Amino acid sequence: MDKLIEQFSLGLFVWQSFLFIGLVLLLKKYAWKPILDAVNDREEGIKNALEEAENARKEMQDLTADNERILKEARTERDAMLKEARELKDGIIADAQEEAKTQANKVIQQAQATIASEKQAAIAEIKNQVAELSIGIAEKVVRAELEDKDRQHKLIKEMLKEVS
Amino acid sequence: MNTFKLLKTISLLWILATASISAKPALDKEEHPPQKDLKAEIKAYINHHLQDSYDFSLYSYTDEQGKHIYKGFPLPVILWDNGLKVFASAKFHHGETLAEVDGNYYKLYHGKIYKTDADGSIEYDAHHHPVNEKPLDFSLTKNVVFILLVALLMFFMFSKMARNYQKNPLPTGIGRLLEPIILYIRDDIAIPNIGEKKYKRYMSYLLTVFFFVWIINLLGLTPLGVNVTNNIAVTLALALMTYVITTFSGNKDYWKHIFWMPGVPWPMKIILAPIELLGTFIKPFSLMIRLYANITAGHVVLMSIIGLMFIFKNWIGSPLSFGLAFALSLLELLVAALQAYIFTMLSALYFGSAVEEHDHH
Repeated sequence: MDKLIEQFSLGLFVWQSFLFIGLVLLLKKYAWKPILDAVNDREEGIKNALEEAENARKEMQDLTADNERILKEARTERDAMLKEARELKDGIIADAQEEAKTQANKVIQQAQATIASEKQAAIAEIKNQVAELSIGIAEKVVRAELEDKDRQHKLIKEMLKEVS
Repeated sequence: MNTFKLLKTISLLWILATASISAKPALDKEEHPPQKDLKAEIKAYINHHLQDSYDFSLYSYTDEQGKHIYKGFPLPVILWDNGLKVFASAKFHHGETLAEVDGNYYKLYHGKIYKTDADGSIEYDAHHHPVNEKPLDFSLTKNVVFILLVALLMFFMFSKMARNYQKNPLPTGIGRLLEPIILYIRDDIAIPNIGEKKYKRYMSYLLTVFFFVWIINLLGLTPLGVNVTNNIAVTLALALMTYVITTFSGNKDYWKHIFWMPGVPWPMKIILAPIELLGTFIKPFSLMIRLYANITAGHVVLMSIIGLMFIFKNWIGSPLSFGLAFALSLLELLVAALQAYIFTMLSALYFGSAVEEHDHH
């Protein structure tokens, strides 16, 4: 301890204190503050960049999810539309068939009715003609028959015979 | 914790005291007519190396006539003795002559400047200590010059590094080496010990003290060998700064834990208060002694082993002591960084305890 106290030099102590405090103050202004600030800024920058990247990644994920959702929706919508269209088509076809059938039936009925009426008309016509022809023939026959008395009698007899 | 530290400090002081007593005979030997004792010469050389000096000696040797030849350059001596006295240390001729300035005579005696009469006589007291008047000495000694050089080196190195950040957010050049260290001090020393909120105002001191101690320790290991931190004045200045910063940043909780420890019965509080108060002084005191003792011990052992080379003077001794010295130099490189780390770490710890906000018990 004696040696320590003996060795102690006030001058060195004063110089060391003075120079060291000066060094701390100078370095604080010209070195530590700028260095620590720069390092801090850089670290903040890196942190922010990482956060931004993370956010971008999340957004991207959201976007992809959205896209997929939209695609899915579009797909279901398309399917629904196709189904609807198919149903509509089937309906239209069915309707058309029905319509066609009724129309055809109608036409057939009309045709049948026409045919029937035509047939009636033709039959009536034929009947008329047959009647006229019969009358003509009968006239001629009657005329011939009635030219001779015997034959008149014979006829009357036959006719009576038929009636009775 | 504190009592443990107290014990440690006392034992350290004891070791130092005994060491200084055992070193005394060697000093006494020096004063007698020079013996041709190699061991004593080596011891004296080591002692000389450990001391501050008024000139920047690069090397010295003894020529054939037994005259000491010094190679180096003188440094200015600045004294305050009823007025400022400035002269070159060359006037002392390494203690061989008196320096006469403005009619006053000064003598360099065992590394200290004493005021003497024209004959340069030194008066002694009963313990063989000189009683001559010592003028106030603010000389630019070897250590002061070295501190100044390291301060300039640090200033240019770190301000250049700071300027580089303005151009480029990434470190360049030496900044690549220094930035991880700066970040280590911030993230692993300052923030865990002081806390996220308050560490910023202590960063300048912690960084400066770390790099100062580290660089000056490393340069002390170069052949130039100016070991500044083995001066108790230097470590005292550093430790005192830690003490002053700790004391002035102490908050209410800090003082309350010293003078009126919460959570213990009141008789204990009275007993604890002086112990805790003493602890505040012992903490920086241990910083001072630890740095001083580690560096001094390293240099003494290293130089002793190198000195062994001259004692053994045979084919087995020299390579052996060279190998030992080499291994020890590597160890000293580690110690240089370790002491800087410990000083910074403990300073941060003390600042942390001063600003810590305790939960109320």
